[in-house]
Amino acid sequence: MRANCWYGKKDVRVEQVPDPKILNKRDAIVKITSTAICGSDLHLYNGFMPTMQAGDILGHEFMGEIVEVGPEVHDRKAGDRVVVSFPISCGKCFFCEQEMYSLCENSNPNAWMAEKMFGHSPCGIFGYSHLTGGFAGGQSEFARVPFADVGTLKIPEGLDDEKVLFLSDIFPTGYMGAEMCNIQPGDTVAVWGCGPVGQFAMASAYLLGAERVIGIDRFPERLKMAREGAKADTINYEEANVYETLMELTGGRGPDACIDAVGLEAHGAGAHGLEYAYDRAKQALMMETDRPIALREAIMACRNGGTVSVIGVYGGLIDKFPMGSFMNRSLTMRTGQCHVQRYWKKLLGHIRDGEIDPSFVITHRMKLDDAPNGFNIFNNKEDDCIKVVLRP
Amino acid sequence: MATGAKRQEQASEQQGAAVEQSAQAAPALVVKDGLTGPEAPVNGREYGAGGRQDALKKYVDEERLARGLGWFSIGLGLAELLAPRGVAKVAGMRGNTTLIRLFGLREIASGIAIFAGGRRPAGPVWSRVVGDALDLACLGAAYASPDNDKARLTFATANVLAVTALDVLCARQLGADPEGAQTERGNVPVNKSIVINASPEEVYSYWRDFENLPRFMRYLESVKVTGEGRSHWVAKAPGGSVEWDAEVTEDRPNQSISWRSLEGSEVEASGTVRFEPATGGRGTVVHVKLDYNPPGGAVGALVAKLFGEDPDGEMQTDLRRFKQIIELGEIVVSDGTLTGEGYTEQRPAQPLGVGLGTAAGQLQK
Repeated sequence: MRANCWYGKKDVRVEQVPDPKILNKRDAIVKITSTAICGSDLHLYNGFMPTMQAGDILGHEFMGEIVEVGPEVHDRKAGDRVVVSFPISCGKCFFCEQEMYSLCENSNPNAWMAEKMFGHSPCGIFGYSHLTGGFAGGQSEFARVPFADVGTLKIPEGLDDEKVLFLSDIFPTGYMGAEMCNIQPGDTVAVWGCGPVGQFAMASAYLLGAERVIGIDRFPERLKMAREGAKADTINYEEANVYETLMELTGGRGPDACIDAVGLEAHGAGAHGLEYAYDRAKQALMMETDRPIALREAIMACRNGGTVSVIGVYGGLIDKFPMGSFMNRSLTMRTGQCHVQRYWKKLLGHIRDGEIDPSFVITHRMKLDDAPNGFNIFNNKEDDCIKVVLRP
Repeated sequence: MATGAKRQEQASEQQGAAVEQSAQAAPALVVKDGLTGPEAPVNGREYGAGGRQDALKKYVDEERLARGLGWFSIGLGLAELLAPRGVAKVAGMRGNTTLIRLFGLREIASGIAIFAGGRRPAGPVWSRVVGDALDLACLGAAYASPDNDKARLTFATANVLAVTALDVLCARQLGADPEGAQTERGNVPVNKSIVINASPEEVYSYWRDFENLPRFMRYLESVKVTGEGRSHWVAKAPGGSVEWDAEVTEDRPNQSISWRSLEGSEVEASGTVRFEPATGGRGTVVHVKLDYNPPGGAVGALVAKLFGEDPDGEMQTDLRRFKQIIELGEIVVSDGTLTGEGYTEQRPAQPLGVGLGTAAGQLQK
């Protein structure tokens, strides 16, 4: 089959690789009909994640039709049309039983690696380095899906791929980001990052009852999508000081909740200039692995007693964390890799009821063979690129 | 407090490994009641007493740093040997080229000693510190002469001081590793635990059939039950295998099992596994303690062969596989980990093109 494989920094190639086979008894093989490039794939593309190997197949947002099931799969059969969740979860361990699927204790064969880095290992993930298990990803024609009864969602007739594909990752991620804010009626929620995850965080904040949602970014096309798709107010941080604007909008109190949908590769503008330079310098010297510019700003802006919800991906260590601000003002931080399987049925309901059409984030549609180009324009934000969907 | 009552029950059940006698006398302080009342728990237990944690934190990966310093020594040494005037100029002084060449030889010797000194070459790195002191003395003396470029001298001195700090840090960390010393002697005490979402009965009965152990313990080729409480163990090692007979020395159903190799075995091997109900009814905590001690000192090589560089880590991964077998009925694999070699071997995360029942199936045993 053809698959998009990682070969180094800014080097991905679509090439011929063996077809996947059933390896564990609860596996299924999925013939992929649609797959997407995620913002977190860019951390792999730009060389920020360790433990990649030349030839690793990328991709963790995919869906298609089951073509084969292992001997102990009872709830799925060949022919079922499914979306696949990016976390791989066994369904039987302590964490899966608590619906904390991204913390599955059994699905990362390289748990020893993640334990060294993080203290404990989270779950295995498709196509996201050997730290998360070395699973082949879904930017390909076929994929092996372990624990198919837990990791796939059956899709009813009448819904196009584009409407449901994002149940694999970014829609539940944005939703979990908003849910962690503990939104009360009348709340104001500010979202840093108007990429696809941020768009879904903003939309979900409304679904969860926020009265006012504000999106922060610097790219005009993303801000436009936030206003017209997610229906949020926007601030361009290259034109306005974010903290001061938020203070003015909220009468000096600050947003009730702040969502960091940016993560480790944060950029900065003039106002952040020195800070951005500091973080970049420390990264170059390998003294700081992540750039927490958005996170710092979110903490400082958040109202007293509010919640900072972090769904942007971080991998290592950050510097200059405003712990004083955090502690003295009773803030709460909630975070995590999304427990996709916990949310996706409910979100499918929102889609079926016509309350949200997730395809609004898609700007580019390509063939799988064009994946390298897709990665390039997505990384450089060229051609107003916000989300790329690939068809094998 | 429900927890209090529970702890009172458990306190009498739990013996042995958790509580260690402190080497020091308990403080003479008199502590008044604190938590009191009929529901209050009993006094707490003391864990890990008698051990010693070095105050020196691990700031760097000292083994990697040592190798880096080794290469640095060789590189600098070659420069001093082959271009002594150039080196002197960069350092801002009119140096004695013979002296610099000798320093070069010294650096190269240090570098070679580091690479020849095994995994933890503390001595050779300390020798670098001596060399650094000589370098500093030389630079210090050069200040006296008016011909010399003070700015460059200062820069060179600052660099040498920085390298000296690294050398000292590295040498100290290399010296302070009691575990390292133990594996040099060949005694492999491995002490690991894991929590499993199943009852102690289920977990005990799987372990009690020793023939199941090779399924998740990577270094074991096979275990055959040969009689009442007797078994024959075969462990993998490159260039052959190691075998011994063992007997069960204690068997407390659903609580613990201890076993030991028989007198005169090639390897002194013993182990104890304990099964403890997890708090909150959350399953079973399995504690494993293994001891491997090849007699007659044919030591480090055998240990490394059986267990690799990280016996603790291998054991933890073995226990994870045990957990998967109990909770899921099989060991979870990914395309990237399908090699069947050591647990650190990885292949690219793409399909191998083989499925259950073929090569991949074999790897799962």
